[in-house]
Amino acid sequence: MSGVKTSAPRAFFLVIQRDLRLAFRRPGEWLQPVAFFAIVTLLFPLALDPEPARLRALAPGALWVAALLSSLLAIEFLYRDDGRDGTLEQFALSGQSFASLLFAKTVAHWFLTGVPLAIAAPIAALALGAPPHSLSGVLLALLLGSVSLSLIGAIGAGLTLGIRRGGALLSLLVLPLSIPTLVFGARATELAIAGASGAELAAPLYLLGALAVLGVTLAPLAAAAAVRISLE
Amino acid sequence: MNWVWLHRFGSPPYFYRWAGRIVPWLAWPAALLILAGLYGGLVLAPADYQQGDGYRIIYVHVPSAWLSLMIYTVMALAAAVGLIWRIKVAHAVAASCAPIGAWFTGVGLVTGMLWGQPMWGTYWEWDPRLVFYLVLLFFYMGYSGLRSAIDDTTRADRAAAVLAIVGAVNVPIVHYSVIWWNSLHQPPSLALTSKPTMPASMYVPLLLLFLGFTLFFYAVMLTRARAEVLRRERGGNWIRAALETTR
Repeated sequence: MSGVKTSAPRAFFLVIQRDLRLAFRRPGEWLQPVAFFAIVTLLFPLALDPEPARLRALAPGALWVAALLSSLLAIEFLYRDDGRDGTLEQFALSGQSFASLLFAKTVAHWFLTGVPLAIAAPIAALALGAPPHSLSGVLLALLLGSVSLSLIGAIGAGLTLGIRRGGALLSLLVLPLSIPTLVFGARATELAIAGASGAELAAPLYLLGALAVLGVTLAPLAAAAAVRISLE
Repeated sequence: MNWVWLHRFGSPPYFYRWAGRIVPWLAWPAALLILAGLYGGLVLAPADYQQGDGYRIIYVHVPSAWLSLMIYTVMALAAAVGLIWRIKVAHAVAASCAPIGAWFTGVGLVTGMLWGQPMWGTYWEWDPRLVFYLVLLFFYMGYSGLRSAIDDTTRADRAAAVLAIVGAVNVPIVHYSVIWWNSLHQPPSLALTSKPTMPASMYVPLLLLFLGFTLFFYAVMLTRARAEVLRRERGGNWIRAALETTR
């Protein structure tokens, strides 16, 4: 230890770098939620009558429910390993802002789960019969929505950290909070698939953006408080 | 300014004694108000010209729905007080609110559904207010679930408090959902700021029941909180003295 304090932005980016590097050494962990997302969307045409018009009407709901479930599946691992090996305690003792370091972890987590999900969603939408010109809208909706989902999930993951078999409880805590994101996200996707553009499509996207901004502002503080309590 | 009178409530023995003294003063008026309100609402009030006698379920539905939101607010405030100033009694109060709130939410949902069947022709409609109200029930369940999942009382208190504060975003959404969305559920018929749209024989019993239910909640909540304080302080010496004086 040289005794020189790392600046806050640098610490933030170091944590992101570390988490991304760790994740790329074990690609299975962040590929699984995307595979899960693909399988769930695949189940809808199989379980229902695969008539194109009906599938297209169903696509927004199917995409968003699948995205919500897959982000829930992934969020369980957000703090788990670092909680077990004591990394989170070192974060808390590091003298850096705890909320900022945990927020960096959430950002890395979003890169690893939210972005692949947003990239996979247009492909799945295409498979469910969405017209090609709607795909940018679908991508944008998932990209904005997954920010809120990751941030809400971070609070839930912090609260259930260290609880044995916390998975079912995590879904009970996270899903009710995710409902506004689901509502506006599915609305945006529905409008995009129906061929809307301009202001009509922008309205739910703006609301998704507003939820994301609200999440970035408040969720890291709540998540840090939750993790700190779990570490006590 | 002298805040000692307020600080005393943070002391479990003081709170225990104070709550024990105040509960009868809440419980008896609550019983009288609820009986009077029910008599007024179910017997004296005239039948509605459109809904007949079916509207009378509002005398249970509306106060329950109002309480389920108010209890969540009380719970979140108590949780915040407990979290910020580390007051254990506040956590005991928040813990006592959750089951009562969940029950009132359940009563609100069931009475609403019973009313909806003859009036709307369906027990359930995917309407914003109904959905967010159901979500409120899930918040109560999540709160109790998180609390029971953590063995250590202090940790459970603090984690549940964070959840209660985060979940408080749902309260204004439920409250304003009928105004924000063009919803099937009618807007509130009673407001402090405007003249009531129904005759006095209809709304006076409703007001009595509002007040009665609210007092009932505080009486039950304080009784539960006393038990909760006893459970948490079970090693304390003051308990023996407190229990002996009441006997």
